[in-house]
Amino acid sequence: MTELPDLPVLAASAEPDECQLVQALRRGEEPAFAQLVRLHGRQLLATARRLLNNEEDARDCLQEVFLIAFRAIEKFEAKCRLTTWLHRIIVNTALMKLRSRRSRPECSIDDLVPRFTEDGHHLEPPCPWSDHATRSLQAAESHRLLRRAIEQLPESYREVVLLRDIEGLSTEATGQFLAITANAVKIRLHRARQALRTLLDRHLEDLT
Amino acid sequence: MTCREFAEFLDAFLAGTLLAEEMAAFHRHLAVCVHCVTYLDTYRRTVDACRRLGATGEDVPAEVPEELVQAILASRRKQA
Ligand SMILES: [Zn+2]
Repeated sequence: MTELPDLPVLAASAEPDECQLVQALRRGEEPAFAQLVRLHGRQLLATARRLLNNEEDARDCLQEVFLIAFRAIEKFEAKCRLTTWLHRIIVNTALMKLRSRRSRPECSIDDLVPRFTEDGHHLEPPCPWSDHATRSLQAAESHRLLRRAIEQLPESYREVVLLRDIEGLSTEATGQFLAITANAVKIRLHRARQALRTLLDRHLEDLT
Repeated sequence: MTCREFAEFLDAFLAGTLLAEEMAAFHRHLAVCVHCVTYLDTYRRTVDACRRLGATGEDVPAEVPEELVQAILASRRKQA
């Protein structure tokens, strides 16, 4: 049996150096555009789907992102990675798309965060999640459950959960995208997580 | 510490940024309040589930649908 070649060698021949790709894009070489789409499109499409939760919007968004990237490749600075650069463009584009969607009636965040008595006790004590509920949340199909709950959050809260907890951006980066302070991100994230917990609680209860 | 205050400290607790004094008060409350034990548990599971959704990459497709790749390349040629 022949030995498999070393992975780095394989990777190097499959994915030419990022610098070379960027240079080819700047020269306007057709195969380079296709290569950029195939190399980074999968990850970006997943991000667009997570943020927009709608296949048609996600595909439109991906298309816009690559057109922006093709035009802006001159401005790409080699000190950051293509992945990071493209991720930033898609988050921005998806956020604009999210905001341009016709606004739907939203439930108030106040109905979703816990309430307390005057002396600071839980007004409606939380119920523990059963083993069944916990398994549902860990199962593969939990994606749908979670997305449905995230969709129900008021928009400004949904954005902050998507950027911080789903896309894993820092508090500072999230603040820059949303044009709010880091402290406002923290406050909004806390209320959003509390509301999401309540929504999941309701959905999990429906399952049992 | 009350349940209301406990809830305010949750993110700092999960991020590991509570000061030693706050941490002690947090745990003292946790030892006597079953509601906050439940709240912490379900809150943490909520945050974990979100992070898993983003971090596992399970939702990354094997490839971009070919018709979408072609549509992207065609619209670039139109603009060029
Ligand atoms: Zn309590």
